[in-house]
Amino acid sequence: MKAGVVVFPGSNCDSDVYSVLKELGADVKYIWHGEDKIDVDLLVLPGGFSYGDYLRCGAIARFSKILEGIYDYVENGGYVIGICNGFQILTELKLLPGALLKNMDLKFICSDCILEVSNDNTFFSRLYKKGERVNFPIAHGEGNYYADDETLKELERNNQIVFRYVNNPNGSRNDIAGIINKKGNVLGMMPHPERRASSLLGGTDGIRLFKGMIESFK
Amino acid sequence: MKPYKMVGLLEEEYNKIVEILGREPNETELAMYGVMWSEHCSYKNSRALLKLFNTKGLRVLQGPGENAGIVDIGDGFAIAMKIESHNHPSAVEPYQGAATGVGGILRDIFTMGARPIANLNSIRFGELKDEKTKKLLRGIVRGIGDYGNCVGIPTISGETVFNKCYNDNPLVNAMSVGILEKKDIKKGTARGVGNSVMLVGHTTGRDGIGGASFASCDLTRESEENRSAVQVGDPFMEKLLMEACLELIKTDCVVGIQDLGAAGLTSASCETASRGGSGIEIDVARVITREKGMTPREIMISESQERMLVIVEKGKEDKVFEIFNKWGLHAVVIGRVTDDGMLRVLENGKVVAEVPASSLADGSPVNYRSYRRPKYMDKLSNMDIANLPCPENLSETLITMLKSPNIASKEWVYSQYDYMVGTDTVVVPGGDAGVLRIKGTKKGIALTVDCNSRYCYLNPYEGAKSSVCEAARNITASGGRPIAITDCLNFASPEDEGVYYQFRNSILGINEASRILDTPVISGNVSFYNQSEKMAIYPTPTIGMVGIVENIENSMDIHFKDKGDSIILVGETKAEIGGSEYLSAIYGIEAGRVPEVHVEIEKNTNEGVLSAIEKGLIKSAHDISDGGFIVALSECCFKNELGVNVNIDTELREDIFLFSESQGRYILTASKDNIKDIIEIFTKLGVQAEVVGEVIDSDFKVNINGRNVINLNIKEMKSAWKGSLPCIMNQ
Repeated sequence: MKAGVVVFPGSNCDSDVYSVLKELGADVKYIWHGEDKIDVDLLVLPGGFSYGDYLRCGAIARFSKILEGIYDYVENGGYVIGICNGFQILTELKLLPGALLKNMDLKFICSDCILEVSNDNTFFSRLYKKGERVNFPIAHGEGNYYADDETLKELERNNQIVFRYVNNPNGSRNDIAGIINKKGNVLGMMPHPERRASSLLGGTDGIRLFKGMIESFK
Repeated sequence: MKPYKMVGLLEEEYNKIVEILGREPNETELAMYGVMWSEHCSYKNSRALLKLFNTKGLRVLQGPGENAGIVDIGDGFAIAMKIESHNHPSAVEPYQGAATGVGGILRDIFTMGARPIANLNSIRFGELKDEKTKKLLRGIVRGIGDYGNCVGIPTISGETVFNKCYNDNPLVNAMSVGILEKKDIKKGTARGVGNSVMLVGHTTGRDGIGGASFASCDLTRESEENRSAVQVGDPFMEKLLMEACLELIKTDCVVGIQDLGAAGLTSASCETASRGGSGIEIDVARVITREKGMTPREIMISESQERMLVIVEKGKEDKVFEIFNKWGLHAVVIGRVTDDGMLRVLENGKVVAEVPASSLADGSPVNYRSYRRPKYMDKLSNMDIANLPCPENLSETLITMLKSPNIASKEWVYSQYDYMVGTDTVVVPGGDAGVLRIKGTKKGIALTVDCNSRYCYLNPYEGAKSSVCEAARNITASGGRPIAITDCLNFASPEDEGVYYQFRNSILGINEASRILDTPVISGNVSFYNQSEKMAIYPTPTIGMVGIVENIENSMDIHFKDKGDSIILVGETKAEIGGSEYLSAIYGIEAGRVPEVHVEIEKNTNEGVLSAIEKGLIKSAHDISDGGFIVALSECCFKNELGVNVNIDTELREDIFLFSESQGRYILTASKDNIKDIIEIFTKLGVQAEVVGEVIDSDFKVNINGRNVINLNIKEMKSAWKGSLPCIMNQ
């Protein structure tokens, strides 16, 4: 599998996710935001503060050159995972519904976080079991998932919710921590699976997410 | 008012300037001297004493005098570190003051060619019941968090302390640590006649004008009006500047590089010239300004953030343009290196200021201040505390202690900092030291920041010594061997003889501990004038320390792991509750004789703990400090919600044993099979160590001389400890 981690000005989890993919044997490279061709099987939009997040989070990054071709890429079945700031960018791109608002108590939260796997039948989550609890940390100020009632119903009906918070830390509606698009090739999630890929760093729950994707291509 | 007074100089200082120049300085020159000769930039009241520090060691690659100190950690790698205060700005503008404190210290690290990998901070506030304190705490924590989180540097450790002495003067000490390959060390030096002087990064505005002078006097009611002397931070710009500079440093075009901190362009240009024994000529008309009509004076002393001065080999400027252009940043040639030793400022080719660079950088008068032992010291240390009544219900007393803001969980603070970004944080906040792995090696580093300012108030010499020793214990408990110190010396006015006594004795105390522990002081910062009309802060010599964890797999945390494990108390517990958290939190008394520190014994004890850790004999280690044995014991239980059954035999009064803050002590746990080996290690070193109990399910039971004195449930204790700060802050 060829993977590319997009580097926006202000990305800061780019090397974290790059290292995990590399360690797991993926053919991975960085893609500068000013490039214009997405020539990978998996595009990673990493965490961080693209353009400082001085406007709405992700609102400027969505206009970057590399993302001009993303609609065609997704339409043609290319896989995208957006983590944290990446999830925010995906909602700004409208590739995923809803929006990420300020955390309920208005503070940035960095903490371990227990999630429940709600859908194990996706390209991304297939090595987990439905109902299984995993620990991926969160670190965000704006991770409070919001969508209107109609959209939430649709997300539930289509089984698009992949991860839910067990103890909702930020006020997200329906405890949503991560969702996929209808087609199933775009995942956005606030928690950081790349931060749980070493027993030295508190656990390896995150590894299966990346392994699952890599193995799909073997 | 005389013009020299307006820039904060004394008459004799002005006369010295006239003598240096052989004429009266013009307005721009005077402003430049004003900021460079301020206490903040010149260290004129501390330089003479700072020379006493132990700054040398086999690992020291760069000692004090540069933007940051550097130590060798082997495998071709080195660690750059520095701590700096941003107290005055944070007092009047908490959010921006704290944020730019983080920004400034990060630039000090990457200017040395190191990639920042960790931030720490020591923040101190007045009494938390005050609305003003809550506002400061909210603003400062948010400022530190927003800046560090955005740049993507994990904040892995720190301390948050409350004491009424900080009511008017909160302290914000920001520390940053970076890693580099030894061969990539860069310095802030201007050399090579004709080489280009480039200003890169942010534009120059009117913010932070006179910030260095503002930081060099007492905080008064008028200080509030000086808010424009506080800079405004832009962490996104900092992130880009950091990436661009680190990319630039890998090329061969950089002769020297220096960040623009206090005193802005003036300090960066005169210091680089002075270090290189050269001169610099710059034209302010080439500087990109944020607003029209800025005068040469304003441009020279603006403290706009996120800017760097780069000395570039002539002919290689295009490489700099290329890299900065890629990151969307400004880069302008503003001048060149000369050989006449002068800092010459032009405006469109016309000379507007011309002074010897070294006279600005190092020429300020050195003050040898007089000092005298303040009277309060004898009175307070002789106060009779032995006859205070022992609380009847020690379980209740413990709960009160766990709820007190200095002991309570600081999760409310550190959860606002991203402490994991970079995926190297092995030991997270909430324990002793933070530990990071060093990718590409088997090693790690342990980092901590500590100071017990109450001890320092009662006895500056012993207090400073114990601050160093506590830092070393925190490093040791995490599996690291302490190797170097960076210090931030926060004091009231040096013009007060009593304060100067505190200052001098703190330095001597740090020095003694640093020599014995072989942890040289490699960088630091002095912050004076932390006082208001009403009060002065306690002497607060904050110690930042780094240690090496030889094998990262051996890093250790404080948490009890398994039922049935034995609990070992290392070190001797004496009747030492003078200056303790117990006296303060329970009796409202800050007096008595502070605990004695025997650095040689500390060193032996640390050797023992490290040896037990490296041999894989123990499962947890925690140093005993504020709140004594019983508080440390509680802290070990919380994460995994395990309890203890402890039996103590002692001649001390029950409360005194539990809350004594005797130094050189640890709590360890180990499986029963290893106890014999562990005790043997300590016996050989002549250090007391004994099994005092075992880890059990969820009850927290302590018996002294066969009598049950504490009987609590760990969940109840945890909720008191964890819920205290959020509860106070949400009131």
